[in-house]
Amino acid sequence: MITIRNVTRRFGDFVAVNDVSLEVKAGEFITLLGPSGCGKTTLLRMLSGFESPDSGEIWIEGRDVTRLAPYRRNVNQVFQSYALFPHMTVRENIAFGLRMQKVPADEMRRRVAEAMDLVALGGYEDRLPHQLSGGQRQRVALARAIVPRPAVLLLDEPLSALDAKLRHQMQVELKRLQKRLGMTFVFVTHDQEEALTMSDRIAVFNRGRLEQLGPATEIYHRPGTAFVADFLGDANLLEAEWLAAEGDNVRVRLRGGLEIAVARAAWPGAATRAVVSVRPEKVCIAREPVAGAENGFQATITEEIFQGALDRLVVRTDAGTTFSVVVANESAMMEAFHEGERVWCGLHIDDLVVVPAA
Amino acid sequence: MQALPSVNLENPHARRARAGAWLLIAPLVIWLGLFVVAPLGILVAYSLASTGELGQVEFALNFDNYVRVFDPIYLKIFGRSIAYAALTTVLCLVIGYPVAWYIARQRPVVRNRLLLLVMIPFWTSFLIRTYAWIAILRSEGLLNATLSASGAIPAIFPEPLALLYTPTAVVIGLVYAYLPFMILPIYGSAEKLDHALVEAAHDLGAGPLRVFREVIIPLTRPGIAAGMLLVFVPAIGMFAITDLMGGARVSMIGNVIHNQFTKALNYPFGAALGVVFTLLFVLSYALLQWRGRRRDRG
Ligand SMILES: Nc1ncnc2c1ncn2[C@@H]1O[C@H](COP(=O)(O)OP(=O)(O)O)[C@@H](O)[C@H]1O
Ligand SMILES: [Mg+2]
Repeated sequence: MITIRNVTRRFGDFVAVNDVSLEVKAGEFITLLGPSGCGKTTLLRMLSGFESPDSGEIWIEGRDVTRLAPYRRNVNQVFQSYALFPHMTVRENIAFGLRMQKVPADEMRRRVAEAMDLVALGGYEDRLPHQLSGGQRQRVALARAIVPRPAVLLLDEPLSALDAKLRHQMQVELKRLQKRLGMTFVFVTHDQEEALTMSDRIAVFNRGRLEQLGPATEIYHRPGTAFVADFLGDANLLEAEWLAAEGDNVRVRLRGGLEIAVARAAWPGAATRAVVSVRPEKVCIAREPVAGAENGFQATITEEIFQGALDRLVVRTDAGTTFSVVVANESAMMEAFHEGERVWCGLHIDDLVVVPAA
Repeated sequence: MQALPSVNLENPHARRARAGAWLLIAPLVIWLGLFVVAPLGILVAYSLASTGELGQVEFALNFDNYVRVFDPIYLKIFGRSIAYAALTTVLCLVIGYPVAWYIARQRPVVRNRLLLLVMIPFWTSFLIRTYAWIAILRSEGLLNATLSASGAIPAIFPEPLALLYTPTAVVIGLVYAYLPFMILPIYGSAEKLDHALVEAAHDLGAGPLRVFREVIIPLTRPGIAAGMLLVFVPAIGMFAITDLMGGARVSMIGNVIHNQFTKALNYPFGAALGVVFTLLFVLSYALLQWRGRRRDRG
C-alpha cells in the first residue's frame, strides 16, 4: 500500500528524517512511535504531501507520489489540532471532501449521514465547531477524513488533546473503526501505551531514524536497541561485561557487580560489552529462593512506592546492583513487602534481553 | 418558604454602584459629546442658515441649501466621488490582499520588517509624498524621462504621457495614499488564520483556487471589510490629492465642500453638502450592517 524508500528530509543542517525505509500493508494499523522531535510529523507530512523528501521515494497504491501535490493524493489526514473549518457547520465540514470530489448531492447526503452515525455525532449536524466539546471535534475531524474513502488515513497525535478517560475510550473506538472500514491507518503518537493498545505494527523512531519495526508484542518483548527497550515500558538497562561462555549461556557481570547468565544466542556477535534489559515486572521476588529461575540472588528492598494496583520496589543486590521491580498489590492473604526487608530475587533467562552497547 | 429580607433598591450600595458606572462611561460620553455631537450640531445649524448680501451667515431656518445640493452639477460630483472612491477601494484590495497574505506567511522577523516597510511612508508628510508623485507623473517628470531614455516614447508612445491632472493621476494618488489602510487590517486577519485549515482543505482535495474561495476569503472577511471601509470612507472625501494631482478638471465632493468654506465662503451651503455626505455614509453603513446580519442569520 505504502512504500517509503530511503527517505531523508533536512531542515538546514538538521536531519529530521534520516534514511527511512518502511512498507505499510493494505488494511494495516501502523503506528509511528517516538519521543517529541524525532521526525514523526515530518514523515507523516511527506505522506500527505505537505513536505517533500530531499531524497528517497514514496509510493502509495503502486504510484510514485514523491512530488505529487496534497490535493491529488488519495490520502486524508486527521490533524493534531483537528483543523475544522470554523465557518462551516459539522455537516459542511464533513461534506467538504465529497464536495471537492463533485459527488452527486443525494449520494453526498447519504455518505455524510453514514459517517456521522459511524462516529456517533447524530443530532449535531448544524452546530459550528466552536459549539462542540474536544471529543466531539475529534470525531468530526475523523468523519471528515474518512468520508472521502481515502486509501490511507493519516493521524497525527489525534488523541493528545483529550483527557485520559476519553483518550482510552477513543483508542478502542478508533481501532474498532479501522477494522470495520478495513482502511490503512498510519497513526503517529509519542505515547507508548497508546501504540501498544492500537497497533498491528509499531515503527519506533529515534532522532529521525527508524529504530525498530514489528508487532507490538515483539517490540515490547524483544527490543532491538537500548532506546526501544527504554522507550516502551520500563526497563532496567544494565551494562554487562562478557566473562565466560558456559554451554548455551554466557556469564556476564552487570554494572554494580552482580554476575548472571544470559543466553549465548542473545549476545550481540563478538562484542565484549552489551546492555542487559530487564523489565521490572519480570523480576520475581520472594521470601525464599525462587524455583525455576536460572539466576537467583539475595537483595534488600531500599525503596517502596505505592502505585495503586502495583507496588514499585527498588532492590539492591548484595553484589551492589540495583533493580526496579514491580509487584502486584495483592490480596490481604499475601504479606506485602516492606522497605529494608531481605528478599530473594529470580530472573528467568528467557526474560533477559541483550541489546548492543550504545 | 422563608421570607426574603426586603430589598431596598435605593440602598447605598446600589447607588454607589450606579454612580461608579456613570464615572466609568463619563469619558466616553464627554468625548462623544465634544467631538461628535457638538460638531455635527454646529454643522446642521449652519446648513439651515443662509448667506446675506455681504456673505455673512444669517441664522434663519430655511432649506434652500439642501435644495441646491440636489442640483445635477453636485449630484454628478457626488456620483464621481463615489466612483473614484470605489475604484480606489477595488484597486487597493486587488493590490493589498496578496501583499498582506504574503507578509502574514513570513517568519516573524521578516514579517515585522515588511510591516515596517508598509508603514514607512507615514513618516513623511502626506503632502510631500503627493508632491513626489507630481514629480514622477509630470510630462517632464521621472516616468516620462525614464520612458524616453529607454526609447519607449518614440517607439511605443508617440509623445510624453500626459498623466498629471487626469482622473488616472487622481486614482494613482488615492491608491498610493490608502493602500496601507487596506494591507494592515487584511494582514491582521490573515496572520490569525490557522495555516492548518489551508492544509486541511488541500488535504481534502481542494486546489489552490478552491482553498482561496472556500477557506481563505471567508476567514479573512473581517479584515477585508475593515480595509474597504478604511479606504472608501476617507477616499470619498479626499480633497488634497484631487486638488494637487487632478487640477481643476477633476474635482470630487471633498473639493467642493473645501471650496465652499475656503474660497466661496458660503458656510451654509458647505455645511449642507457636509450633512448630506455624512447621511450618505450612515445610510450605506447601516445597510451593510443590516445585510451582514441577515446573512449571518440566514
Ligand atoms: N518547517 C521546519 N523547519 C525547521 N525545522 C523543522 C520544521 N519542521 C520540523 N522541524 C524540526 O524537525 C524535527 C522533527 O520535527 P517533527 O517531525 O515535528 O517531530 P515529531 O512530530 O516527532 O515531534 C524537530 O526538531 C523540529 O524542530
Ligand atoms: Mg509531531
